[in-house]
Amino acid sequence: MRSMLAFAVGLLLGVAAHAAVPLQASKVSVSEAGQLERDAQIELARQIVMHGSPQGAHSCATCHGEEGQGKTKAAFPHLAGLPAPYLIRQLRHFNQMARDNPSMQAIAHNLSESQIVALAAYFSRLVPPPVMGATVHPPALGEQLALHGSGAVPACVTCHGPGGRGLGGALSAAFPPIAGQPAVYLERQLVAWRNDKRPVGPDGLMGAVGKHLTVEQIRAVSLYFAAQPTLSNVPTAVVRP
Amino acid sequence: MTRPCTLHLSRIAGLAAAIVVLAGCGRPGVPKQETAASRNERAASPHLVVFAPPPLSEIPDDAFGAEVRHGEALFRNTLANAPQYVGNSLTCQSCHLDAGRLAGSAPMWAAWVSYPAYRSKDRRVDTFAARLQGCFRYSMNGKPPPLGSPVLVALEAYSYWMAKGAPTGALLAGARYPVLPRPAQGWNYARGKTVYEQHCALCHSPDGQGLLVDGKPWFPPVWGSRSYNWGAGMARLDLAAGFIKGNMPLGNGGSLTDQQAWDVAYYIDGHERPQDPRYLGSILATREAFHAGPFDTYGRSVDGRLLGAGTGTTGTTTGAHGKRATKPAGT
Repeated sequence: MRSMLAFAVGLLLGVAAHAAVPLQASKVSVSEAGQLERDAQIELARQIVMHGSPQGAHSCATCHGEEGQGKTKAAFPHLAGLPAPYLIRQLRHFNQMARDNPSMQAIAHNLSESQIVALAAYFSRLVPPPVMGATVHPPALGEQLALHGSGAVPACVTCHGPGGRGLGGALSAAFPPIAGQPAVYLERQLVAWRNDKRPVGPDGLMGAVGKHLTVEQIRAVSLYFAAQPTLSNVPTAVVRP
Repeated sequence: MTRPCTLHLSRIAGLAAAIVVLAGCGRPGVPKQETAASRNERAASPHLVVFAPPPLSEIPDDAFGAEVRHGEALFRNTLANAPQYVGNSLTCQSCHLDAGRLAGSAPMWAAWVSYPAYRSKDRRVDTFAARLQGCFRYSMNGKPPPLGSPVLVALEAYSYWMAKGAPTGALLAGARYPVLPRPAQGWNYARGKTVYEQHCALCHSPDGQGLLVDGKPWFPPVWGSRSYNWGAGMARLDLAAGFIKGNMPLGNGGSLTDQQAWDVAYYIDGHERPQDPRYLGSILATREAFHAGPFDTYGRSVDGRLLGAGTGTTGTTTGAHGKRATKPAGT
């Protein structure tokens, strides 16, 4: 988590190099200056989230909620608490028309790189919504796939972390948390990979997984992760020995 | 109907990427599916028997079934369930994917019907249980559970249950790891490093030390003091390359070229790891006795370093030339 934040902050500082105030000329310390720049970026992002961008991007809040909490009934995913590197990657994919979603492509097309970085930082700092009560009890097949996989499909939690809450750090751009996302949203993503409508990620992993799974397996595993809590009392301890 | 069918095939082992059951000879309830890779294997290999293990849901609810489930649990969480025998951060399913069920990943149902067998490694006929002991001694860098001990009994029960109906002594499709032809370009450390950084480092870490999650082995370390030792099969290039080609990157096996698999196997086995428990007091003597083959890196100089000093975590003796490594890798 710390390295993820450092990554986002590093990008923000990179953007800040174009800012009006030369850092060396100011009396404030570097860390204070960094804080000011971060605050400015977050404010920029907040404007886009609430009101859209001057270049014409719609407000994020319309679909994803003012707190980035998403809308389960409409299958709009929550963005709050998702890792900044993952959000940056997805917005770039929409921007480049590589990920198939007409609404998000149109919005991301109107976002600059610095706006993308700011929005990712903004949403990554919000607390994810508590998981919505699952209306359908997830079938046992979903848990089996999530925890143990099946044949050539590895257990989902291997990469998406215990409970689907992610592994953070250097893995967060490639392996995001998936817990508590709307089942229909998760299902659509797996179908998109199956149909080559979403970039397959590192080493084509999700492309291969999407093609191995049956429609029944996709539905079951989507229902399973939709019912998993987004937060845990005991945070996942990830150690690079 | 669990009787397997014999097919006319001409290549010994290939990329059996999926469990294959042909129409008319599958067990009820097992999906009849066949991939391009397994079709190719079947088209090319002689007298391979196609077999699929029963689904886990068929484990019986009785005393025998409890032992099978114990074996399955050992397979998935080896350290937690057999800490006294495990000396590193690997699990059984680090090398035998899908809890020992996946074809092309040295599945246990294929191993069960292959023993007892003469093994040149041990220069004797090994039973299946003795073979399991070898896994603990070498791949798990630990201690062999005694014959008849609860750990071995559970693993035997699990393997036997998975192999029910498979003909003893038959060559089953998907047994062992894929056998790759010798690479046209040989193997190369620098090329292997590039493959590792592009396709392996995300999970196994740039320093090869893998990942621990909530204290559990998660992505296995592929070299260094917490990996398999020099006596393990995976320390041989041909076996490592076959495993990698068939199964890595996890979830998209078969996506690397043969050349990439050989090169990255050489890069991984070109790093230091725990000493061979059969260590004879010097690297040279140990190399001559146990590592004289063309696929060994032990006792060879790789990237300017003589391999075989070990990482200092095993209980083997240190002879005149048996310097232990100065520090555990990656810490």
